[in-house]
Amino acid sequence: MLKDITLGQFFPGDTIVHRLDPRTKILMVIIYIVALFQAKWFVTYGILLVFLAIAVRFSKVGAKALMRGMKPVLFILIFTGVLNLFYNTAGTILWHWGIFTVTTGGIRVAFFMVIRIMMLISGTFLLTYTTSPILLTDGIECLLGPLKKLRVPVHELAMMMSIALRFIPTLIEETDKIMSAQKARGADFDSGNLIDKAKALIPLLVPLFVSAFRRADELATAMECRCYHGGEGRTRLRQLVYTGKDWITLISGLALLAVVCVLAYGFGL
Amino acid sequence: MEPILELKQLNCIYSQGTPFEHQALTNIDLSVYPGEYIGIMGHTGSGKSTLIQHLNGLLKPTSGQVLLHGRDIWESKASVRDAKFHVGLVFQYPEYQLFEETVYQDIAFGPKNMKLDQEEIERRVRQAAGFVGLSEDLLQKSPFELSGGQKRRVAIAGVIAMEPEVLILDEPTAGLDPAGRDAILDNIRTYHKSKGSTVLLVSHSMEEIARSVERIVVVNDGRLPFDGTPRSVFSHSKELREMGLGIPQVTQVFQRLKELGLPIEDDCVYTMDEARDALLRLAGKGAV
Repeated sequence: MLKDITLGQFFPGDTIVHRLDPRTKILMVIIYIVALFQAKWFVTYGILLVFLAIAVRFSKVGAKALMRGMKPVLFILIFTGVLNLFYNTAGTILWHWGIFTVTTGGIRVAFFMVIRIMMLISGTFLLTYTTSPILLTDGIECLLGPLKKLRVPVHELAMMMSIALRFIPTLIEETDKIMSAQKARGADFDSGNLIDKAKALIPLLVPLFVSAFRRADELATAMECRCYHGGEGRTRLRQLVYTGKDWITLISGLALLAVVCVLAYGFGL
Repeated sequence: MEPILELKQLNCIYSQGTPFEHQALTNIDLSVYPGEYIGIMGHTGSGKSTLIQHLNGLLKPTSGQVLLHGRDIWESKASVRDAKFHVGLVFQYPEYQLFEETVYQDIAFGPKNMKLDQEEIERRVRQAAGFVGLSEDLLQKSPFELSGGQKRRVAIAGVIAMEPEVLILDEPTAGLDPAGRDAILDNIRTYHKSKGSTVLLVSHSMEEIARSVERIVVVNDGRLPFDGTPRSVFSHSKELREMGLGIPQVTQVFQRLKELGLPIEDDCVYTMDEARDALLRLAGKGAV
């Protein structure tokens, strides 16, 4: 159950997608998202879907794992779908009952909205699935580098992010363990009304918070022991190097965006 | 005698259908009889923790059956929950699961979930606290004020208070000093003797297991290669070493002595008492 939460989880591997520079991958995800919001009709969505499929294929992550990540947002998907279905009143009316009206326009908007969100999530998941948290934050820190001139604490933000990402799986594991231990003592997390359920969480949350604070304390000590004092003058073990395949990927990404924009705005496809 | 707990052709596969797919247990058959004191041995990652979580219905087998008194515990939702009251499981580092305001309330958490009446809960809490050697005045303290060893006792008492027919302890002495370790093992042995309940002790320390158990089950790579008396299991010293497990130091000493040509009749000496007797016999023969 808890293992289904794949947010921010990294699938180690050695494919071309894994080896790409994290900056390239982050930029590609941004380009992909921008393109996704320009897409209008089957042709443009199709092109982006093909692009996504190719990336997934190369990464060897597997569509199954990608779909599993969709589970936690299923509610949002259904919610947006239903809302869009009834709110949009363009086109011809197909069905009418009280305040509810379904039109061709509504169906169209709802359909594409759900597809868009699903593709959005798959694309970003692909990034976190194929990029280790360390590389990811290195990439973000590097991309945000210019903001340092404006006194934005880029390094601190990146460090906080990498710590947070790093501890998501640990905390999930810990939650799982405490849950099992309390279940072994007969705790029941699933039945009862809302108040019962909230009360049932106390045996889970108290130990979880205690251990999170303990962990934070230990981590702070460990960092201090290694003389960590912020990003000033800190060198890297792994230097990010841009290679040929990164440029090729990036240029093809920009080309993709251009094609999608032309098709969407020029031809309404 | 009818087994109290039985595993039949149990298989467990983690994360099926992902790159992390991993077969943790393969075709396990195991019978546990009432009143037994069993040691479960296996190195880290051998599947022993997975195995014990199947015994009380925390993990659902991918295939195969878990029988409690001959009935499948996965029969209904109620029977799965019920299994947890009959098979008590103390996790590794159980002190991290404490959450209540007082030690008393924390130990009472399990019995309360069993919907027992107040009087019975009180009796069980005091008795369980007695078994693990917690003094009366500690019961009203916050569990977070206690020392590591005391916290561990509270957590163990929390499971004992449910008075399970089968008590499983996963590395109950991990991270404790020798004195604390001996005390907890003594407590468990006393509990086993006075309650006559079945106890399964998971550990990778041979000395710890050899001292008290009547039967050893070895877990390796998701299978159970050896299952029998300590004597029969420790006679496979070579295979055990290949699995990353050892045999008790006393046994090693005596095997070496035998190799050196001393007339030791016993095939396998594994406790201090046996060692003393064997040495006395040797002295009697005038060999030493």
